[in-house]
Amino acid sequence: MDLKTLIPQKLKEKFPAVEFEISDYKDELTLKFDKKNIVEICSFLKSDNELEFKLCSDITAVDWATRKNRFTVVYNIFSMKHNFRLRLKADVDEADCKIDSVSSVWRAANWQERETYDMYGIKFNNHPDLRRMYMPEEFEYHPLRKDFPLMGIPGSLPLPKK
Amino acid sequence: MEQLEKETDPKILQALLASRNDYTIEDALENEMILNMGPQHPATHGVLRLLLRLDGERIIGCVPELGYLHRGYEKMAENMSYYEYIPHTDRLDYISPMANNVAWVLAVEKLAGIEAPKRAQYIRMMIAELARIASHLVAIGAFAMDVGALTVFLWTLREREKILDIWDILCGARFTNSYTRIGGVANDAQPEALAKTKWFIDQFEPYLSEVEQLLNTNRIFIERIDGVGAISKEDAIDLGFCGPNLRACGVEFDLRRNAPYLCYDEIDFKIPTYTEGDCLARYFLRIDECRESAKIVTQILEKMPQGPVHADMPKKVLPQKDEVYSKMEELIHDFMIVNFGINPPVGEIYHAIEGSKGELGFYLVSKGDGKPWKCKIRSPSFNNIQCLPKLVIGHLISDVVAIIGSIDPIMGEADK
Repeated sequence: MDLKTLIPQKLKEKFPAVEFEISDYKDELTLKFDKKNIVEICSFLKSDNELEFKLCSDITAVDWATRKNRFTVVYNIFSMKHNFRLRLKADVDEADCKIDSVSSVWRAANWQERETYDMYGIKFNNHPDLRRMYMPEEFEYHPLRKDFPLMGIPGSLPLPKK
Repeated sequence: MEQLEKETDPKILQALLASRNDYTIEDALENEMILNMGPQHPATHGVLRLLLRLDGERIIGCVPELGYLHRGYEKMAENMSYYEYIPHTDRLDYISPMANNVAWVLAVEKLAGIEAPKRAQYIRMMIAELARIASHLVAIGAFAMDVGALTVFLWTLREREKILDIWDILCGARFTNSYTRIGGVANDAQPEALAKTKWFIDQFEPYLSEVEQLLNTNRIFIERIDGVGAISKEDAIDLGFCGPNLRACGVEFDLRRNAPYLCYDEIDFKIPTYTEGDCLARYFLRIDECRESAKIVTQILEKMPQGPVHADMPKKVLPQKDEVYSKMEELIHDFMIVNFGINPPVGEIYHAIEGSKGELGFYLVSKGDGKPWKCKIRSPSFNNIQCLPKLVIGHLISDVVAIIGSIDPIMGEADK
C-alpha cells in the first residue's frame, strides 16, 4: 500500500481519539495533531516495524505572529526503510509555551530542541539538558520570534563576566 | 574547583558534572580536572568550544558549546528576498560554497514550482561534486595535519587549488561563488571551464593515490586513528550522524540515491561504506568518495546536454543583464523581481541535498510574498557535533583532536 495512505490509516487505528489534520503539498506528507500526543505518536512511528522512522532530521518551530496558536513546532523525520520523509506538526500557544520533549525517542532531538528553545522560547518538558544553544545564557530574548527586531536590541547582549 | 565555579556558567558546569561517565575509580574526585578546549584552538576547525572532564588523561565527560559564529542567518533570511539570500548560503559551509548554493536554489525552486533546464542541472551536479572533492580534500588534509602528518595538507590543498581555479573561470570567484541562480545558473559553463574540469579529473587520480600511499603506509598515522572514536550503526542513526560519517558506520544512506534530486538517477555511481565507524573508516571513506565523485564528474562531462541554462519563466527567473539593458519587458521583470521578489505560492517545503558534510536541507515557509516567512537550515555539521561527546568519552585527550578532525565539522554551518 502507498505510504501516504498507510501512515494516516495506521495512526488512526492506533490513536482513535486523536484528530489528524493531513495535508499533502508538493509530494510531502504533513500530519498535524494536538501537542499532548506528540511523544506517543513519535515513539509509535519510530518503533513500528512497517514504518521505522528512525532518523529525526530536524526539529524547528514557526512563529505565526498573529495567529491564536502562535507557534507551530515542526518535526521532520525520515524512514530509511522506505526512503520516505514525513513532517509532523503541533501547535503551541504563547500562553502555554510548552511541549513534551521527544529526546527520549530520538537522541538526535536533544540539540534540535535546544536550538528551538533558544530561538523561539518554547520549553520542552522532560528535556535532559534544556540550555540555550547559540545565545549566551544571560540573554533574555528569543531572536527568531517575529517581534524581535532584525537589528537586535542594544545592550541586550551582556559582556562576558570578568 | 572554586575558581572554576566562579568563572564558568553554572548551567554549563552542571551539565558537565552530570554528563554520563562509564569509568568508576575510587578517588575520582582527586584526579579529575576540567579542561577548556577552544574556541581559539587550531584543532577545533573554527570556533568550537569543548569543555572536557578529565580523569588523568582520559575523557569522562564532554560538553560542546556552540554559538561563537552565530550570525543569525535564519533571521536574515526572513528579511530578504530569495535571490538576495544566495550569497549568504556561501557563508554557511565555506569549504564547499557551491553545494550550498545548489541546495538553496533547489529548495526555492521546489517552493516556487520552477524547473531548471537540463544543462543547468548538469552544471549544478558538476559543481556540487567538485565541491565535494574540494571539501573532502580539505577534510583529509586537515585531519592528517591534526594527527601530525603535515605534508598531506599541502598536497591536498594543491589539488583543491585546481578546483578553485575551475570555479574562478566558471564564475569569477574562487571562494564564495554565488554561482547558481533560481531557475538556472549565473552563466553557461565556458568550454575552458569544462576542459579544465576534464583535465583536473584526468590528473586527479594519480595525485589522490599519492596522498593515499603517504598516509596508508604511515604506521604512526594508522595506529593513531585505528579504532579511535568508534560508534555503532544504531547509535549513529539515533544521534543524527549524517553524511560520510554515517556511511563509515555501515549505513548505506546517501540522499543522492535515497531521495534523488537533479539528475543523479541518470548517473551510475557507488556509495562506499565501511562498517567500523572509527576515525580510520571515516578517512578511508572520504578518499573513496573523492574517487566516486571524480567518476560522476567524468560521466557528467560526457552526458552534459546543450541548451539554455535559464528556465523560461520571466516572472520568476531574473533575465540576463544584456537583455535588461536593451529590452523593455526584461527591464520590467528585472525591476519587479529585484524589488518585490518572486512571490512563491503559500505553502511549505523541505528540500535536502547530500552536501559534502551530510544532509543539507532547507525548510521554507512561504506566505505568498517576496520574502520567506520562515527559513530553517538543517545543517549537517550541527548534527555531527552532537555526536562528539559520544565519540570522545573514554579516549585520551590527544584523540579528541583526531576525532574532531575526522568528523569534519564546519562551524560556519553548525552555528549558522
